[in-house]
Amino acid sequence: MTSATVRTGGRRPHGAGIRRGQTAAGLLFTAPAVILLVVFLVVPILMALWVSVSDWGGRGSPFSAGVDFVGLKNYAAITSGGGLAESDFGTSLRNNLWYVLLVVPLQTVLALALASLVNTRILRGRGFFRTAFYFPSVTSSVAITVLWFFLFNPSGAVNALLGLIGIKGPNWPADADGVLHDLLGLVGVQSPPAFLANGGFLGITWWDWLAGPSVGMLIIISLAVFTTSGTFMLLFIAALQNLSQEVEEAAMVDGASAWQRFRLVTLPQLRPTLFTVLTLGLIGTWQVFDQVYTGSKGDPGKTTLTPAYLSYQAGFINQQWGQAAAIAFVLFAIIVVLTLFQRWVLRERGVSKRRMRRNGFTPGDDGRYRTADRTLTAAAIAGGVADRRGGGGDL
Amino acid sequence: MTTTTSTTATATASPVSATPSTRSAPAGRRRRTPIGRVLLYAVLIALAVVYIYPFLINIATSFKTDAEATADPLSLIPTTWTAQAYETVFFNSAFPRWFANSAVVTIVVTLGRVLFDSAAGYALARLRFPGRGVIFAGIIGVMAVPGVVLLIPKFLVLNQLGMYDAYSGLIIPLVADAAGVFIMKNFFESIPVAVEEAARIDGASTLRLFWSVVLPMARPALVTIFILSFQGSWNELSHFIVASQNPDLFTLTKGVASLASGQLGAGTQYPVRLAAAVVMTVPVAVLFVVFQRRITNSASGAVKE
Repeated sequence: MTSATVRTGGRRPHGAGIRRGQTAAGLLFTAPAVILLVVFLVVPILMALWVSVSDWGGRGSPFSAGVDFVGLKNYAAITSGGGLAESDFGTSLRNNLWYVLLVVPLQTVLALALASLVNTRILRGRGFFRTAFYFPSVTSSVAITVLWFFLFNPSGAVNALLGLIGIKGPNWPADADGVLHDLLGLVGVQSPPAFLANGGFLGITWWDWLAGPSVGMLIIISLAVFTTSGTFMLLFIAALQNLSQEVEEAAMVDGASAWQRFRLVTLPQLRPTLFTVLTLGLIGTWQVFDQVYTGSKGDPGKTTLTPAYLSYQAGFINQQWGQAAAIAFVLFAIIVVLTLFQRWVLRERGVSKRRMRRNGFTPGDDGRYRTADRTLTAAAIAGGVADRRGGGGDL
Repeated sequence: MTTTTSTTATATASPVSATPSTRSAPAGRRRRTPIGRVLLYAVLIALAVVYIYPFLINIATSFKTDAEATADPLSLIPTTWTAQAYETVFFNSAFPRWFANSAVVTIVVTLGRVLFDSAAGYALARLRFPGRGVIFAGIIGVMAVPGVVLLIPKFLVLNQLGMYDAYSGLIIPLVADAAGVFIMKNFFESIPVAVEEAARIDGASTLRLFWSVVLPMARPALVTIFILSFQGSWNELSHFIVASQNPDLFTLTKGVASLASGQLGAGTQYPVRLAAAVVMTVPVAVLFVVFQRRITNSASGAVKE
């Protein structure tokens, strides 16, 4: 279709006049986007980098004469020294780690299950189900957090449901007990063994690292799974629709059961999408902020404190701007590592794309390239959508 | 069951290229039994209830009294209907102001993104100019910068530029949108250049070509950017937190979040909060209904539709 023209797109030998026109137009067209991105993305990062190694106290410009370079002091304060800053940072990492460990597998499995169900070949009401599962993903994180904390209030819908089956539900938003500690308590382990109570990392004991998410954190975890599963379901549906029917049919003729076909035929083919969803989830779950700000403010007992919220709190509430910026950079480093990991995992597509270009292939020529391209675009969209939900992130 | 066991062996050996070899038993057909169908629908309907019921509770509770909201949290029909919560929201709070602020921000940000994203995307896809590669690499790079990391940094820059606590500070930074540029560039690379070439030969300037030939062709992708921008800026919270503290500049998200953390004064007042949540969800719900097909298909590459 488009191949003949696309191949040469922008690459034909232009006359000098046209090229000069294109230079001006190109710079003019990209200028607004580039200037905005530089002023509100690149410059802020550089400025925050300076603040993270300075003693700026929040008044006046961070570049004024009274502000001094303090080296890595702010980074040291949050990672050593035994102070409150260190244990708060350790606590926030602990909380977020448990959040990631629960949210990422749960949302991925749920999204895949929803996609497989909705993608069944003959299905009435497909559109209805898809809409029902996706709708939570488009609502505002604030509105849904307000709702969620109402459902989980001590006399809310969740406890009313538990009451119907004879269980007295906990005071969810006020219960700071770690879930694993609670489980250990059930089997009689009330206090930590000495080797877990004495040692520790970042100001909290190993015993506390192993507390598990608090009961209060479960509210935010369930909220994240509820709102992101729909977005990732769409990614899986797209991938499922791109699979060839032939292999599946062949397996069916072979007498494979539905579960066998799914596990041995479908799942291996979904691997690239699975990686995309997992890594988007990994990146996104480190960014929980809206839900904490709206719903819990870090309570109960600091067990919903996350690095993103801690950074906000350190700066805007405690006026510790240097530490706030330092926390943001440590969080940034975590996310950059995860992003690089993602791009490394998905790298093959980039190579094949370039190779195809070199060989004269174009997007329209090759189904495989188009699929990869679509997945990338879809991931970008999903990333944008999931960005604010604390479940999925930017590409 | 013996047949299925041996299939496992075959399929494990070469999962992807499983071919119809020796098998003749149509064992797979069995799953088309009515019981299987009933089970499938039962599971789907149960899941749909789980996904929809919270929103029904949300709407129902907004029409309940404070006492009933917690006394009977599961019921969908209030015993005493009252619109008290909505009266409070519309006539007795700053909610209308927040709504107006959100509307202004969303409209300007969406228009700005549609224009700037498509211009930059077009230039990166079609025009040859020095610095193009660097710019594109930069855009891919900044796409990876997570929003929450920018909380402190954005505040610093807005403060430095004198844009803190001003509409300009709420709006302009949100217009920056690397992912949108990326989507538009991908789109333009996927459509034929023939029409543009023809217009160019006719002597149209690049600006004119872009405005009257390229943009009309790009409608599907522009709609995608529109949806993403509208939804993104209407639901945005963290940027508004760091860009202002003046209550007159509160947007819906920031305002309703402040309700949630107890600025209402005495009592929990769940119906009022939930009424606010309902009203702020209406615009995105409308957007969702209008563009439903496109949104739920967007992940399958509808950008190119």
